[in-house]
Amino acid sequence: MTGSRVEVRRGTYHDSVTLMQVSRQAEELPGVEAAAAVAATPVNLELLARQGFAVDPAGLGPSDLVLCVRAADDAAAGQAMEQVEALLAGAGQGGTGGGAGGGPGVAPPRSLRAAARRDPGLNLAVLSVPGRHLGYEIAEALQAGLHVFCFSDGLDPATEAACKRVAAERGLLLMGPDCGTAIIDGVGLGFANAVRRGPVGVVGASGTGIQEVTCLLDAAGVGISHAVGVGGRDLSPEVGGIMTLRALELLAADDATERLVVISKPPDPGVARRVADAAAATGKPAVLAFPGLSDPPPLPPGVRFAGSLEAAAAWAVGSPAAEGAPEPHLPAPSPPEGDGSPAAETVVPVVHSPPAVTPGVIRGLFSGGTLCYEAMAVVAGVVGRVASNIPLRPEWRLADLHRSEGHTFVDFGDDAMTEGRAHPMIDPGLRNERFRREAADPATGVVLLDVVLGYGAHPDPAGELGPLIDRALAERPVGLSVVVSLCGAAGDPQGLDGQAAALREAGALVTRSSAQAARLALAAAGLGAPIAPGGSGGHAGGRR
Amino acid sequence: MSGLLGRPLKVVNAGVELFAGELERQQAEVARVEWRPPADGAGEALERLATRAAETAAANDRAVVAMQAAEPRVVGIGRAGDLLPGLDERTLLHAGPPIDWDGMCGPLRGAIIGAAVHEGIAADPEEAARLAGRGGLRFGPCHERGAVGPMAGVVSASMPVWVVEDGASGNRAFCTLNEGLGKVLRYGAYDAEVLDRLAWMRDVLARVLTAALERLPEPLDLRALIAQALQMGDEGHNRNRAGTSLLLRALLPALLTVEEPTADVVAAAEFISGNDHFFLNLAMAAGKATADAAAGTAGSSIVTAMARNGTEFGVRLAGTGDRWFTGPAGVVDGLYLPGFGPEDANRDIGDSTITETIGIGGMAMAAAPAIVRFVGGSPEDAVAATLAMYDITWAESSSYQLPTLGFRGTPLGIDAREVVHSGVLPTVNTGIAHKDPGVGQVGAGLVEPPMEAFVAATRALADSPTA
Repeated sequence: MTGSRVEVRRGTYHDSVTLMQVSRQAEELPGVEAAAAVAATPVNLELLARQGFAVDPAGLGPSDLVLCVRAADDAAAGQAMEQVEALLAGAGQGGTGGGAGGGPGVAPPRSLRAAARRDPGLNLAVLSVPGRHLGYEIAEALQAGLHVFCFSDGLDPATEAACKRVAAERGLLLMGPDCGTAIIDGVGLGFANAVRRGPVGVVGASGTGIQEVTCLLDAAGVGISHAVGVGGRDLSPEVGGIMTLRALELLAADDATERLVVISKPPDPGVARRVADAAAATGKPAVLAFPGLSDPPPLPPGVRFAGSLEAAAAWAVGSPAAEGAPEPHLPAPSPPEGDGSPAAETVVPVVHSPPAVTPGVIRGLFSGGTLCYEAMAVVAGVVGRVASNIPLRPEWRLADLHRSEGHTFVDFGDDAMTEGRAHPMIDPGLRNERFRREAADPATGVVLLDVVLGYGAHPDPAGELGPLIDRALAERPVGLSVVVSLCGAAGDPQGLDGQAAALREAGALVTRSSAQAARLALAAAGLGAPIAPGGSGGHAGGRR
Repeated sequence: MSGLLGRPLKVVNAGVELFAGELERQQAEVARVEWRPPADGAGEALERLATRAAETAAANDRAVVAMQAAEPRVVGIGRAGDLLPGLDERTLLHAGPPIDWDGMCGPLRGAIIGAAVHEGIAADPEEAARLAGRGGLRFGPCHERGAVGPMAGVVSASMPVWVVEDGASGNRAFCTLNEGLGKVLRYGAYDAEVLDRLAWMRDVLARVLTAALERLPEPLDLRALIAQALQMGDEGHNRNRAGTSLLLRALLPALLTVEEPTADVVAAAEFISGNDHFFLNLAMAAGKATADAAAGTAGSSIVTAMARNGTEFGVRLAGTGDRWFTGPAGVVDGLYLPGFGPEDANRDIGDSTITETIGIGGMAMAAAPAIVRFVGGSPEDAVAATLAMYDITWAESSSYQLPTLGFRGTPLGIDAREVVHSGVLPTVNTGIAHKDPGVGQVGAGLVEPPMEAFVAATRALADSPTA
């Protein structure tokens, strides 16, 4: 006879990572069968319902907290709830308090303005607060003269544009909202990999796009000067690329930067033209990587177009600017097949063919939006329709996030999936649950996953995913393949080689690039993938 | 090597702790904001205000410049009914936001009763209460007549008031003369002793002081007096010993030469010498003149009044004109006189929070180690209390300095947005009145203003048209 307890606390804030950690610790308490401490968002409440916790959603919202425990009996559940409360009370005391200017007994600053006043040396704010409070935080940071890296999402495009104009007027960078990754002066912000420093400057409206390109470059022995994130909507018509243009100016003036890569999901055509012109104006060779864009903008001299991240990385490795310099040491041999992007495959350690074919549909479960996009474009180029929550074409949108339709790719980092919970690169819970379902579905021939390493990400994603893959393959030994696109750098804290080995040991086919993983998935599903690399992904789709 | 951003990277993290930890793992320097969502009901207003942050900043700069420029000076003492607009014989002013008889707390009712008898409107306390109860008296906040009053803050037409003028803006502010501690009208006492004293203050004290003030070579500079007092252990609200001493010193030569009966002069000197808080009412008038210099600055989120009537705590902003935003007055957490305890206390009351409004009083606790027991016991606590106030204020005073903080200016210009954003409330210290009329002061301590007043003010500012 088990007992459960559910408690709702209205207006109680803890950040999503803290809640995830408390939930995890609570589940490990003796006698506890299930436990959760979550913000009362629709996604979370649905997840609780599936765990058998009934919570009436009426009147609850993201600023309310739900605590649930299930234990052996009622008394144990009561005890467990007390322990959960104790864990919660103890959480959030990790910080060591504010900067200088305080003194004994002085409370840590509660605002960016206060922090900046206490320590005038501060120059960059890293923001990860609930999206509905972002506008004020950004305004305050800019007012205080701080550059901003804004991981959170939640501003409407008009407000974002206004904030970015203010930032530009003040000579400040506003990286985001919805900026997953940046590497400034060698320091990774948000989700970023420990890649080497070098001559390539990156500007990206996509966090995982930056991660993929910088990791592919790192694998090829080429480093980056800086990677400036600008947020997922920077190249939208409303925002007009304000920060991309500003970042290009900064990189133009940066002596360490010799050539440039600009990354975005398909941008507004007018904005793309402006970005192309600005890239040309830097006087440094540049490539625009817009995976999924069918018609590249007119390209001024010195600027190239790549329809995939892979192709962009390949260009940046073997760029004309690098001619005369010693050839970078390339880890993979296979030659490109003349799609205009030089040395396309050279940056990718290639797995050319799967050991066995497991026919069926492909289910892509991604934590990185642009990785999902890049892979999806490759698959759609062969099979046509791919259903997704970030579809290549509007009519391919999934009706229900939680139910696949044929070839289906889900981005678990998308807004609707992350409100009130940690990003899937930190908290793989939602994706793990979906993986189990998809792998068990007899219609599924291949599950395609991304695993993203680096600062900010889960400390051991392979340790988390490996047993799940192992079990899934054991249950369908001849019916299922699992392909993993492993995005990481040799210096990452998780250990690239160890992660790859653990995933392979579990039975996954592991590649270093998302496009290559997609080609491998097609082959494994028996869908006659052209193992042609690079730009092929570029012709699949329209704009969402 | 300055890096991409022109200076070496130095990060402040607001939100998920993980990101701060990961930066430290990369040997980056990281400060942390202890981020919490804004106060209930304020989030949406802050988002709207964010879209005009630059305008608000400019307005706040103007408001604070006006406060910095204020030069409050004592220009004399006059009869309230002659100086305060609309203060006729049947009108009594009180502390805090507007309130009617039914809503008034015990001490405020007691003071109203006492003042009605003092004015001769009623023959005795019973008649005064009856008159008030059937609408025979008119009430209004001091603040709406350019005045401030401590505790109950009751001002009636015949009472003498300090006349303080801001030399920069020409604003005038008024405050009654301080009656001393214990059984006094401002704490709701109205027996014969209280009424006799009020009559003496009107007939003798005001006359002697007026004569002395007239003999001064120039008007008393309150800004200078307050600045000195802050460096002598006062904070200007609950400790006024230095201010009172400095005032008496300034008046002494004049008092010795006034052409008034010696017995009256001696009585006046004894009265002031025996009342550590005599200077409080001058500090309050100075505060009112200073805060009013910022009042009416369109778009500004700076607080220009905090005042309590014993039932409600009211706030006004520079950018929202004469409107009051209120919440329930708090219960004072403090030290009690022997024989009294929290069960005897009335809720927070008085206009004396005008001192905090201009950055002294509780905001400047670091100046007053002698009374740190109000804030937790140690001088370190007092310093911490003041340091926390810089987080919610717009500027630092160019006139008032804190020796213990290396002569840093006092925190000036409470920004209502930052109060609701950070959850940090202005530190207010105050006297405690007995809840029943007629008893008087029973203690002193710290009180929390109600957050909802600041939330309502912030929302109103967000609703106000942009400049």
